[in-house]
Amino acid sequence: MNIVVCVKQVPDSWAEKKLNPSDSTLDRDSVDAVMNELDEYAVEEALVLQEAHGGEVTILTMGPEKAGETIRKALSMGADKGVHVVDAGLHGSDAVATSAVLAKALGTLEWDLVIFGIESTDARMSVVPAMVAERLGSPQLSFATKVDVADSTVTIQRQTEYGFDTVEAKTPAVVSVVEKINEPRYPSFKGIMAAKKKPVTTLTLADLGLGADEVGLAGSWSAVDEFAARPPRQAGSVVKDEGDGGVKIAEYLAGQKFI
Amino acid sequence: MTTTWTDPFATEERRALRALTREFVERDVRPHLDQWERDGELPRTLHAQAAAAGLLGVGFPEEVGGSGGDFLDSVVVTEELLQAGGSGGVLAGLFTHGIALPHIVAAGDPDQAERFVRPVLEGRAIAALAVTEPDGGSDVASLRTRAVRAGDDFVVDGTKTYITSGARADWVTVAVRTGGPGFGGLSLLVVPTDTPGFTVVRRLEKMGWHCSDTAELAFTGCRVPAANLVGPLDGGFVQLAQQFVVERLSIAVQAYATAQRCLDLALEWARVRETFGRPLATRQVIRHQLVEMHRLVDVSRTYTRQAALRHAAGEEVVAEAALAKNTAVAAAEQVVYQAVQLFGGQGYLRDAEVERHYRDVRILAIGGGATEIMTELAARRLGL
Ligand SMILES: Cc1cc2nc3c(=O)[nH]c(=O)nc-3n(C[C@H](O)[C@H](O)[C@H](O)COP(=O)(O)OP(=O)(O)OC[C@H]3O[C@@H](n4cnc5c(N)ncnc54)[C@H](O)[C@@H]3O)c2cc1C
Repeated sequence: MNIVVCVKQVPDSWAEKKLNPSDSTLDRDSVDAVMNELDEYAVEEALVLQEAHGGEVTILTMGPEKAGETIRKALSMGADKGVHVVDAGLHGSDAVATSAVLAKALGTLEWDLVIFGIESTDARMSVVPAMVAERLGSPQLSFATKVDVADSTVTIQRQTEYGFDTVEAKTPAVVSVVEKINEPRYPSFKGIMAAKKKPVTTLTLADLGLGADEVGLAGSWSAVDEFAARPPRQAGSVVKDEGDGGVKIAEYLAGQKFI
Repeated sequence: MTTTWTDPFATEERRALRALTREFVERDVRPHLDQWERDGELPRTLHAQAAAAGLLGVGFPEEVGGSGGDFLDSVVVTEELLQAGGSGGVLAGLFTHGIALPHIVAAGDPDQAERFVRPVLEGRAIAALAVTEPDGGSDVASLRTRAVRAGDDFVVDGTKTYITSGARADWVTVAVRTGGPGFGGLSLLVVPTDTPGFTVVRRLEKMGWHCSDTAELAFTGCRVPAANLVGPLDGGFVQLAQQFVVERLSIAVQAYATAQRCLDLALEWARVRETFGRPLATRQVIRHQLVEMHRLVDVSRTYTRQAALRHAAGEEVVAEAALAKNTAVAAAEQVVYQAVQLFGGQGYLRDAEVERHYRDVRILAIGGGATEIMTELAARRLGL
């Protein structure tokens, strides 16, 4: 069974992020870049499935040159090869444009499953997996907390407020996972040394047959009109409990329209 | 002429190794470190987790269960373990095998490697090194613990003290006297700690390195198979001495990396702490102190790394390793002092990270060849 895992390089979730004043995109130079945390769970799940079913795990990423580091990290965790879509024209792509690129790139690969982390920590939209599945015409199994594959059927569990949904589809299919699903392994030191020798192919927009107007800022359906720095945090108000603390909390919550 | 500088400590693989070490520290060390400091030891699960990341085996060949890589890779792990917020105690307790196993690996007996090296690098067992005795530390040649041949066994009698991981170890590489007095009569023997006659006399309470257990060990008629003899009979001193350079450079790395961590913490603090209406970092006195700390760290790092690079390339750097240790340790002592000073009252409290480093650093001038011994060694190498 061949699996493609889509991973994204994101700014360190804990870092203070800045936007470029010129085009309202993220200033990637000002922060450390890391693999999107949820994608680590996706990579782990792919490796676990590979251990059980064989086949190859391919890492697909779209992003600037530097995003190659994220592919290397996944390769050092144990994935077999990488595909990196890199092109200056991609700068500023939103979820719709990104899904167009990933779907095209997936069209060049052989796979039974595509696995995504459910969201990226920078954009937090959770829509790219669904958009990619739609473009590919593949079934979509989202928010998985467990994935099983038997013959050509993939079954996932999705946690709900009441219990679990069990959702089933035929492969090829697109799966997105949440962090409850597993505990990602470390990219071991041996893995780091081995990753150097694993193949990474790069693809440009021209290779994918996509025009400049279909991606990047031009091809995006959403745009950032303006942004402002977060206002400095205000000092909180301290309420003294003089036996009426409960009432005061209720008054506060009511004042904020929470109750 | 133009040249481009490529930093051998920042190659793509070493940056990935650094990131891996940081991830390990953030995920598996920092959340638990305060508890381990109170417990007085590291849990065995940590060894398994470090092994899973391949960190325990860095610098050890794959044939014996290591991860490959060389001494420079170990330098990267040591640096980042501290700079990501780990501690000297974690380094001492988790990487005790860094001093306990190299002689066994170098001796090249595949059976010993399978029995004593592989399980440790795989995080399933803990190894320690016991050289120091109650009346013989710096003066290794005067050790008194005896091992007497009896048929296929050696019978060991004696006492060892200040032994890192001694209370948790599954086996201990012990320096024993098998021959006459002096350097020539010493051998290395692996003693499993379930051998009858082996006892942990007591755990020693210390100024720092609280999460690293340190013990006094007694050997009373301990019978160990002669197959546990490491390397040639009466060749122990040379085997120990062959590891001295790596041990001293590693302590130098530990010293400047601890100092770098304290500088990072102090800098962050100086930027946010306001007194008399302005952040500390805007005062010239403070800025100059921070520059001084940076100078001490950077010079120590540069000198030590240079010696490490030369050692890795096969050059003899006995004097340089001794001087690197003294330089980096003295720098670290000043930097931790100044970091506590910058934190003010906060820096004196038990839950301040700089307070822990302040205590942890003190051992570095004593262990692995004390400062005075290093200076004397350098004097001799320099022909003074
Ligand atoms: C926390 C901790 C962990 C340790 N872990 C281990 C371990 O795992 N395994 C192990 O075998 N040992 C270990 N040691 C022991 C350590 O290596 C020794 O403490 C060290 O070698 C110094 O020996 P000593 O304590 O006997 O001091 P001494 O040798 O008695 O030295 C006392 C002082 O005198 C100075 N001095 C000694 N001789 C001379 C001289 N000729 N001229 C001038 N000055 C001199 C020394 O520099 C030192 O300042 C550990 C110690 C500690 C505290």
